[in-house]
Amino acid sequence: MKKSTAIQWVNVGRLSDIPIRGARVVKTARGCIAIFRTSEDHAFALDDRCPHKAGQLSQGIVHGTSVTCPLHNWVISLESGMAQGADHGQVRTHPLKIENGKLLLDVTALTTRSAAA
Amino acid sequence: MKKKLVVIGNGMAPGRALEKLFEIAPDTYEVTIFNAEPRVNYDRIMLSPVLSGEKSFDEIVIHGDGWYVKHNVTLYKGATVTAIDRDAKTITSARGITVPYDKLIIATGSLPIIIPVPGHTLAGVLSYRDLDDVQAMLLASKSRGNAVVIGGGLLGLEAAVGLKEQGMDVTVLHLMPTLMERQLDTTAGLLLQKAIEARGIRVITKANTKAILGEKRVEAVLLEDGTRLQADMVVMAVGIKPNAGIAKTAGIDVARGIKVDAGMRTSDANVFAIGECAEVNGQTYGLVAPLYEMANILAQQLAGDASAQFKPSALATKLKVTGLNLFSAGDFSDGKDREEIVLRDAARGIYKRLVLQDNKLIGAVFYGDTADGAWFFDLIKRGADIASLRETLIFGPNYAGGAPLDPTAAVAALPDEAEICGCNGVCKSTIIGKIGTLGLTTLDDVRAHTKASASCGSCTGLVEQLLKVTLGDSYNPAAVLPMCACTTLGHDDVRRLIVAKSLKTIPEMMQALEWKTSCGCAKCRPALNYYMIATWPGDYVDDGQSRFINERVHANIQKDGTYSVVPRMWGGMTTSKELRAIADVVDKFKIPSVKVTGGQRVDMLGVKKEDLPAVWADLNKAGMISGAAYAKGLRTVKTCVGTDWCRFGTQDSTGLGIKLEKFLWGSWTPAKVKMAVSGCPRNCSEATCKDVGVICVDSGYDIHFAGAAGLDIHGTDVLGHVETEAEAIEAIAALVQLYREQGRYLERIYKWAKRVGHDTVRKAIMDDHERRRALYDRFVISQKFAQIDPWAERVQGKDAHEFGMLADLTKEAAE
Repeated sequence: MKKSTAIQWVNVGRLSDIPIRGARVVKTARGCIAIFRTSEDHAFALDDRCPHKAGQLSQGIVHGTSVTCPLHNWVISLESGMAQGADHGQVRTHPLKIENGKLLLDVTALTTRSAAA
Repeated sequence: MKKKLVVIGNGMAPGRALEKLFEIAPDTYEVTIFNAEPRVNYDRIMLSPVLSGEKSFDEIVIHGDGWYVKHNVTLYKGATVTAIDRDAKTITSARGITVPYDKLIIATGSLPIIIPVPGHTLAGVLSYRDLDDVQAMLLASKSRGNAVVIGGGLLGLEAAVGLKEQGMDVTVLHLMPTLMERQLDTTAGLLLQKAIEARGIRVITKANTKAILGEKRVEAVLLEDGTRLQADMVVMAVGIKPNAGIAKTAGIDVARGIKVDAGMRTSDANVFAIGECAEVNGQTYGLVAPLYEMANILAQQLAGDASAQFKPSALATKLKVTGLNLFSAGDFSDGKDREEIVLRDAARGIYKRLVLQDNKLIGAVFYGDTADGAWFFDLIKRGADIASLRETLIFGPNYAGGAPLDPTAAVAALPDEAEICGCNGVCKSTIIGKIGTLGLTTLDDVRAHTKASASCGSCTGLVEQLLKVTLGDSYNPAAVLPMCACTTLGHDDVRRLIVAKSLKTIPEMMQALEWKTSCGCAKCRPALNYYMIATWPGDYVDDGQSRFINERVHANIQKDGTYSVVPRMWGGMTTSKELRAIADVVDKFKIPSVKVTGGQRVDMLGVKKEDLPAVWADLNKAGMISGAAYAKGLRTVKTCVGTDWCRFGTQDSTGLGIKLEKFLWGSWTPAKVKMAVSGCPRNCSEATCKDVGVICVDSGYDIHFAGAAGLDIHGTDVLGHVETEAEAIEAIAALVQLYREQGRYLERIYKWAKRVGHDTVRKAIMDDHERRRALYDRFVISQKFAQIDPWAERVQGKDAHEFGMLADLTKEAAE
């Protein structure tokens, strides 16, 4: 069953709460989402689970617009969620926008799936 | 009884002569050296890299203090000889020491030529001959003002580039129309000038200096044509003259230099002269290869071989400026009976010119691409007939003979006794022999074990080809592996340039070294962060985001995203109070596993990340700090119970282990460091497979290093024996510091020691006490900034963002 897909932006904190080239975690009922901040002050939201062995991407080293997983060094694109180089796999990404320094995460997918569950 | 040999001068030529003499006729002479410079023998060719900051003085020392002790040589440092009494056969120094000799070597070298223009005695006018000159220049360059270098020859240009690297505005004045006209033809000279100017150095040719102006200090340089150049420093590098004064005063025959026969003997049969001060057949020399040849001849003569004779051969020159490739050899002036072959590729900045006479190569000048220089130099020296090669000669050994051949064919065809390294006199068979018997696989290996290519480096290409010939496809000539895909530079180059260019932050370094990515990658950033911390203790601010998660949160990440926590237990000793605190923590935070580790510690596994600060707070309260079980740094010092309890113990091994751990904890190293101290050779703490191990014996402490018991298994090598705990601690700290300065990131001690040579490490730590002390002092300084418990800092609130989530949407999402 498909519910309304109207975007629901939720304020999850401020960009400045995340260290540059770092990440922090938003806990949801459907698992953790990692919010990344790049050196250019762009922010990205991805599931905090490496497609390889479920390592927490939020704990990895952020470089350019990629993150390297702390468990086995898979490199994941923050923009697409795709594994880079010779590895294959993809992490789900979530819409995120910055308004006046506030991080707004689209939780539609989360609530939808939650309701569907 | 041993004969008395006295040496005046302690430069490279007499150093080499003594080395050779001790090898072929040990125990024949009792040697005394008088050195006007207050130091040991060092590699004068490498002063330019010291000036530019690419090397330190330590790195260019040829004979450390230990060498003199080992060979029973009495060395007077800072002692100028003022008189030779040839009748009494004694010499006397300025401080009034008189020493008798049976044989005397004069090796006083040369003096810089100072043009006697008005003002040449002003403060700030320097020459460029020895380390004192370099230090004076480095000091003066701190002002970042204007420097004028008079002389556009080899030394002048190296000085100019070095001063530019130190941040000065540099102008080079050269009397002749093109630079380095003695070594280069006009075209190559102009190409060189362009390249020098591209580095922001101003070059004025046909510049005749009229006067140096200034009140007390130099302020400006005035040229004949009226040009006035602002100057805070003037370096005179217009040439050298043999320093023959002492010989002349003693009545020995002197022309331009001290006259010697082909056996290096002066007009007095008991007095020899070698080096830049000596004149053979009306000719004096200033390049290292013929000076080393003089040294070899002298050693053979002193050992009793009267047939050894000096034969001058063609000379090759190379400019030692990083990034400028320039090579010349032999005689390349024009002449009626001479022909030339020239290749130009202006776009790539390549110029090659060969000069032929009677089907023989007699001279060569290369600019831009000097890789084949050694091959051509060998053709010149051998006087080889090149008629059959002529068609393709200019393309070098790759095409020698007309058809494209295996590039290594030329070097494979060289005879066994062909000299590969002119500076250090190493022949082909020596290198191939060592590659085979010692299993050498890299250029650095060959440098460490044979000295070939270790001085000026111009034979590097040849040595690489020899490796290729000997090892076949298993040798990769491009063995300088880049650090990562973000750069073409290897770890060693990056470290060298961080120091040379004084790069103090990662962004600054990436800018200066032209990193290909905006902020590096997960491979280079942790390495760079370490290099910065190790190079600039106290200055550099640690970048947590460039650290692997374990070092960022000071615990070890586990496969399920929880962490393990290991408190320090000094030397593996603990107490009921500590154990009780650990038990309480385990209960309070419901930690699922507790494990005793191989390094004699207790590991609590499965701690939730958000609990970490609270866990640490409780452990801190019981007096425990981070055990650094996650760190590229000192992990553990494992001990046995030693004389405290053991009936076999010879020393207080537990006590020494605890002292070592308390002294060394907190330091960051290229990779993890594990140590152990055993109280007797039964070695219950398994010290002989650790990075550093100590085996206590009745007479003191045997220090071991470079063991491994992980991916690889290696027993340790012996570093040396010391008698006291204090010495053991000093030697181990110095060893760790040397490793911190030379090790590549993630390179364990055993790999580092294999790469640089176990002997090199041993000499630096055990033979050269000055160097050991200097290393120890640097370690102590860096520890001032390193010994802060990271757990306590985080309990106080540092990096709080690491341990709490950004937001909790579990309720919202569930709605």
